[in-house]
Amino acid sequence: MQQLIYFFRKFKYFLFFLLLQFIAIGLTFNNLNFHKSKYVNSANTITGGFYAKFSNFSDYLNLKTENEILSEENTKLKNLLDKNNAVIINGDTKVIDSIKYQQKYTYTTAKIIKNDYSNAFNFITVNKGKKQGILKEMAVINSKGIIGITDNVSKNYATVQSILSKNSKINARIKNSNQFGSLEWNGKDYNIVQLMDIPKQESLKIGDTIETGGKSTIFPEGILIGTVLKMNQGNTADNKIDVKLFNDMSNLGYVYIVKNLHKVEIRLLENTTDE
Amino acid sequence: MNKVLKSFFIFFFLLFLQVFVLNNIQFLGYVNPYLYIAFVFFYPLKENRFPFLLTTFLLGLFVDFFSDSGGIHAFSILCIGYSRLFFIRVYFRKLPIDYPFFKLQLETFGKIFNYVVTLTVIHHLILFSFANFSFQNIVHVLLNTLFSSVFTLLLFFLGTYIFTKNK
Repeated sequence: MQQLIYFFRKFKYFLFFLLLQFIAIGLTFNNLNFHKSKYVNSANTITGGFYAKFSNFSDYLNLKTENEILSEENTKLKNLLDKNNAVIINGDTKVIDSIKYQQKYTYTTAKIIKNDYSNAFNFITVNKGKKQGILKEMAVINSKGIIGITDNVSKNYATVQSILSKNSKINARIKNSNQFGSLEWNGKDYNIVQLMDIPKQESLKIGDTIETGGKSTIFPEGILIGTVLKMNQGNTADNKIDVKLFNDMSNLGYVYIVKNLHKVEIRLLENTTDE
Repeated sequence: MNKVLKSFFIFFFLLFLQVFVLNNIQFLGYVNPYLYIAFVFFYPLKENRFPFLLTTFLLGLFVDFFSDSGGIHAFSILCIGYSRLFFIRVYFRKLPIDYPFFKLQLETFGKIFNYVVTLTVIHHLILFSFANFSFQNIVHVLLNTLFSSVFTLLLFFLGTYIFTKNK
């Protein structure tokens, strides 16, 4: 017993050090796991509040570019609307208002209050949370392309796992083709992501557009991602394609968070077939 | 009491400086200074090390909270916080009796330089290897450690130079 007390006395600092290190390692491992990173994140009231205050100041600097992006998107949407009207007028007069009943996605705008892009696992914080109906695992996009998936959600804030994360795996395909692969990131360049497992027979050219595949319950179909930058020539073991993103991930402002209304139904169906 | 207040002030000053100013620098997309470790250099030496270890851990943890990084900052700053005494013994040849009279500013520049550089490089190496969490990009980790260490050290020495000249 005396020996034990002596031992504790002698190594008390080292033991305290080890205890704290174990806590830190535990938190790190939790954070690496997408479904468990719930303790240390910037979605809580204090850090979220601080970031919101700070982004209020810095937003003025980006106001001009933000406006340009908005007007660009407005033009795009107006064109789409006109196209739709034309279809309705040209077609049968008995148009069933199917939009309301078949709506699959709802969109919420949010503002990015903190953005990371230089680590191996990057997280973004946005200023919408549970109060605004944001839940875990919802798609985050903007007018130029995909950004990430919501992770932790607090009352007023949410963290987003950026596509620039070694954990991220997103179903993607080449535009106008049904061959799909998964989009990953190797942690090197924040403008370039990797598309894995596209079948080799697929004829591909540099500059081809890559978009989301619609085979996940998170992302809608056809959201833009980027263009093919580099691919392996000849017969190599890994068929990896470098994709240059449309988005500049270091300069993001407002985003849309996409809610899939059919997600629960799809998940339930998949789970029952599994058993 | 005054000393506690001073440490408290330095703690929050370095924390906010790190998360709101320095984390946004991202020079060339990945080179970033981590000046919050200056807390380890400034905190006075004491016989009882529990408050020091706890505060360094908390500082790292708060930086983690702001940058969504799990516990990597807490881990790496605690490593240098714990090994600080060892390096003080090696570089400055101080015994526990000298701790109350030890002041970093009063030492010669060469010794301070060795001490600060060693701890900074150790901290950055641990931090980046943990943040990367694989052996795939080992070159990337080493380069990042090198560049970011230089950046941090530059800021640290400039900062201490400016603040000590004013007195």
